[in-house]
Amino acid sequence: MADSILRVSDIHKSFGALKASDGITLDLRQGEIHALIGPNGAGKSTLIKQIAGGLRPDSGSVTFLDQDVTRHSVAERARLGLARTFQISALAMDLTVLENAVLGAIGQRGSVFSFFRPAMKNAGLLSQARAALAQVGLEEDEATITAELSHGQRRQLEVAVALTLAPKAFLMDEPMAGMGAEGSKALTRFLQELKHQAPILLVEHDMDAIFACADRISVLVYGKIIATGSVDDIRANPDVRTAYLGEEDAA
Amino acid sequence: MIREGTLNIVILCLLVAVPAYAYVMNEPFTITLATRAVIFALAGVGLNLALGQGGLVSFGHAAYFGMGGYAMGILASHAQNYDPIFDGAFLIEGTNSMPVIWVVAVVSSALLALLIGALSLRTSGVYFIMVTLAFGQMFYYFAISWPAYGGEDGLSIYVRNQFPGLNTLDPIQFFGICFAILCLVLLFVDRLNKSPFGLALNGAHQNEERARTVGINVYKLRLVAFVISGAITGLAGALFADLNRFVSPTMFSWAISGEIMIFIILGGVARLFGPVVGAAVYILLEHFLGGLSDYWFIYLGAILLGMVLFAKGGIIGKLAKKETHHGG
Repeated sequence: MADSILRVSDIHKSFGALKASDGITLDLRQGEIHALIGPNGAGKSTLIKQIAGGLRPDSGSVTFLDQDVTRHSVAERARLGLARTFQISALAMDLTVLENAVLGAIGQRGSVFSFFRPAMKNAGLLSQARAALAQVGLEEDEATITAELSHGQRRQLEVAVALTLAPKAFLMDEPMAGMGAEGSKALTRFLQELKHQAPILLVEHDMDAIFACADRISVLVYGKIIATGSVDDIRANPDVRTAYLGEEDAA
Repeated sequence: MIREGTLNIVILCLLVAVPAYAYVMNEPFTITLATRAVIFALAGVGLNLALGQGGLVSFGHAAYFGMGGYAMGILASHAQNYDPIFDGAFLIEGTNSMPVIWVVAVVSSALLALLIGALSLRTSGVYFIMVTLAFGQMFYYFAISWPAYGGEDGLSIYVRNQFPGLNTLDPIQFFGICFAILCLVLLFVDRLNKSPFGLALNGAHQNEERARTVGINVYKLRLVAFVISGAITGLAGALFADLNRFVSPTMFSWAISGEIMIFIILGGVARLFGPVVGAAVYILLEHFLGGLSDYWFIYLGAILLGMVLFAKGGIIGKLAKKETHHGG
């Protein structure tokens, strides 16, 4: 597929007898939000880890920007522009908001081993960091210590740090978690703009949010993708209803 | 609470005032104590880069301290015996020139830190502490059992090594050399902490996963920090050996690793001047408590416990608010 930015091909990963990924094939295309849903224990986290690079598949491959990155480390994939946000904010809590964003810019520019010019006086790093903060609306809070941010602001900062990476694709792990209805709606709107900058692979539990913003949905159950399609396809799919949405109704 | 920068300047002034007063009052022993404090401070500044900024709890920094010490001991003993170190296809002679000894000490301890770091940084947490401790002890026993350079008895150097234009045997002049080196290294480490490298090291300490996901090779980053850290502690080891004009396997012992760590905890972890204050206070305690009782370590233990429980930022943390890099 020509416009496919990220592609997972026939990935297998077992932990003992448990097949966490059982021949998963999935792609992320330019300009889309592709949501990955599935009940707890379906293997979503395992799949995300294999895409991000924290876990190596037993077999199968991950292709990013037409390059086989299956054996690349997390850091190498990030430098290629694979930007990840975490379910539980992974930020340097004692640093300021701006310093966290600058950290992203340092990684992206590969300027980790510059030893003398102060990072917080480097115009290039600062402008890259501030542009990302402005895009998520955190420019007013740049001097705040990250630990003092609200939950919602931390999520925004997560996205801002991802933005400093000059991302070619986003990997977002439950960005709506704990956001509340208003915050969740605002984030949905934001993601719909963001997808034009780089496509988003979205793992999310908030079904309303997914139905509101996803272009395609893949349903993962017991390590297998049982269906991929548009919101309407997935809603209408009888397998999905029994395997997943039915469970939601029962809950 | 005062500004950390102001406090640091006060500390530097005190560090100069004590030996200056002792010089006027003609008390060379006090100058030697101050020199010891400065050298220990330097060793602590080295460890603090790994431990404070990088979160790498190395319990084996005596390896670099001892390496620096033996670099001095070996070069100087060959020089005083007019016996070349290596006489084959080319000739390597000993030396009693301090600058040359410092370079050799820095390079050899950096190489040692590269080797030990490359292996131990593959582990983390308690394993890292234990692996670094094991490497330190390995060198301790090696030094004891290697007869060529004194074995257990160590090496005595009869005359202090030379520095162009100075009389290094004059306590105040030797203090001046050590103090100047400490200041230069503090300047260097301050720059380093504020650089992209320092921010990345600190970021990886606070959240390793975050550092990785922004494209930072955390292993390489920490290895470089570990090497710089070991090199600084190695330089302190060379100066310490020159102060005592004596090198022994004790410099490699885990007790030294522990002492260097104590300077940091007393003074303030990850504070630029933490090890400086810590080393100075340690020397004072050793001098005064040690005069009261042979078991002064018991009191030191109680003080350390109190510090850890009630003053997490150490002495600097009690006196000054942490300054963020971003002052505007």
